[in-house]
Amino acid sequence: MSETKVVDARNTFCPGPLMELISFMKRADVGDQMELLSTDDGSANDVPQWIAKVGHELVSNEKIDDVWHIVVKKVK
Amino acid sequence: MKILFVGGGMGGTIVANNVARRLAREVREGKVQITMLSATDQHWYQPGLLYVAFGKMGMNDIVREQTSLLEPGIQFFVDPVEEFELAQNKVRTKGGVVHDYDMLVIATGCEAVYDEVPGLAETSETPYTREGAVRMFKRLRDFEGGKVAVVVGVPHKCPIAPIEITFMLHEFFEKRGIRDKVELKYTYPIARIHNIENIATWAVPEFERMEVDYETFFNMKEVDVENKIVHSEEGTEKEFDLLVTVPPHRGMKVIEENNLGEGGWIPTDRYSLQMEGHENVYVLGDTSNLPISKTGSTAHFQSEVIGENIASIFRTGSATREYDGKVYCFIEADQDRATNACFNYIDPPEIKAPTKSMHMLKMSYNQWYWSSARGLL
Ligand SMILES: Cc1cc2nc3c(=O)[nH]c(=O)nc-3n(C[C@H](O)[C@H](O)[C@H](O)COP(=O)(O)OP(=O)(O)OC[C@H]3O[C@@H](n4cnc5c(N)ncnc54)[C@H](O)[C@@H]3O)c2cc1C
Repeated sequence: MSETKVVDARNTFCPGPLMELISFMKRADVGDQMELLSTDDGSANDVPQWIAKVGHELVSNEKIDDVWHIVVKKVK
Repeated sequence: MKILFVGGGMGGTIVANNVARRLAREVREGKVQITMLSATDQHWYQPGLLYVAFGKMGMNDIVREQTSLLEPGIQFFVDPVEEFELAQNKVRTKGGVVHDYDMLVIATGCEAVYDEVPGLAETSETPYTREGAVRMFKRLRDFEGGKVAVVVGVPHKCPIAPIEITFMLHEFFEKRGIRDKVELKYTYPIARIHNIENIATWAVPEFERMEVDYETFFNMKEVDVENKIVHSEEGTEKEFDLLVTVPPHRGMKVIEENNLGEGGWIPTDRYSLQMEGHENVYVLGDTSNLPISKTGSTAHFQSEVIGENIASIFRTGSATREYDGKVYCFIEADQDRATNACFNYIDPPEIKAPTKSMHMLKMSYNQWYWSSARGLL
């Protein structure tokens, strides 16, 4: 299985968690998993929304100690 | 001690001047040697490209000889680095020269790349490159009306530019008396029209007032050159007569080729600005992998931290300051007005209503920049 990369976008406003994830997704290989760390509550909604629109896979989405851990998989 | 600066753009120049001034006596006494390697003998004020693209500045207004901006103690060579041998504290240049160092500062910036979006290079105009800005102005001047689409690649430097470009397009067409013949459409990669929530909240009513149509979750996939349609990763499309792009960017190839960072982005500690795993290597500006805005102001604030720390390490053996994530952006609106945004890792920006005086301040800064690059401002 491909490695899981951690995208640490905690405590940052610009470009922000989803932009960071999009950049990482572009460089990733199909099958790669990424774990996005975000302190922005908006990420819990807009990341899954984008993943669904583009057709990647949302593996998990949970808040642990004020940090969202959103794991996604590039499937195409 | 040998301090080597790689990159003579905004970050490299400001930080090298900062260090040269702080350690001026040691440089004179021969205790410190400061060297800068860059890829060009010219220094371009990149924010000025936006004004060139709209016919508000000329190319000669935004360029200076690099040597005219550097403190006397800095030895400057136009000889780009091709190999970084960090384990040996050495770099090798295109000219075959090996420079060793005790401290290395990397500020090689990033560049627009078009290969990720088929058709984009052939069809779009952009203020992001020197050739692009000149061509965009000619294209705008000759444009008589139609569908104008603004499309944004990820990642990109100057995150405020997509909104500024749109405001400036509106104003340009209005002043030429053809705004009613233009359908202006803005797109943005994420769920709102700008990644900073306060900016998005402020800009939506501005767009509505200007009758700018907008679509979110729009990431360019490819451009159908023949039919003039941009397709998005999300499955939507935009027709255009004039396509204006903020292109996607990557760090310089030399960074990736030397395994310093994937995509040309160097893993950097967000507070110390040291390259991860390398205590004597500092990284600033666009080439860092930090999840913060790629702007000249970021590079400027980072320069102050790195400059102070290098001088302090030389004198006392330890660093004194941490970077707090500070970024400052002017935001050009329409009707010769502007506002600004200032934020850091903790505090989001608050956006005030645009004013003419803030626009004048930005116009003045476009001239003061040269003092800022020298580290005087
Ligand atoms: C259209 C536009 C508008 C902008 N507007 C703003 C704005 O309003 N406000 C703002 O703050 N920022 C703005 N920016 C962004 C700003 O210009 C950049 O963020 C800033 O220049 C980054 O500084 P840097 O030192 O990291 O890189 P750069 O300034 O790009 O410098 C990189 C340097 O590295 C050198 N180099 C490259 N490869 C090598 C090598 N192998 N060896 C040695 N040297 C090398 C290059 O020659 C160059 O001198 C704008 C940018 C653009 C394009």
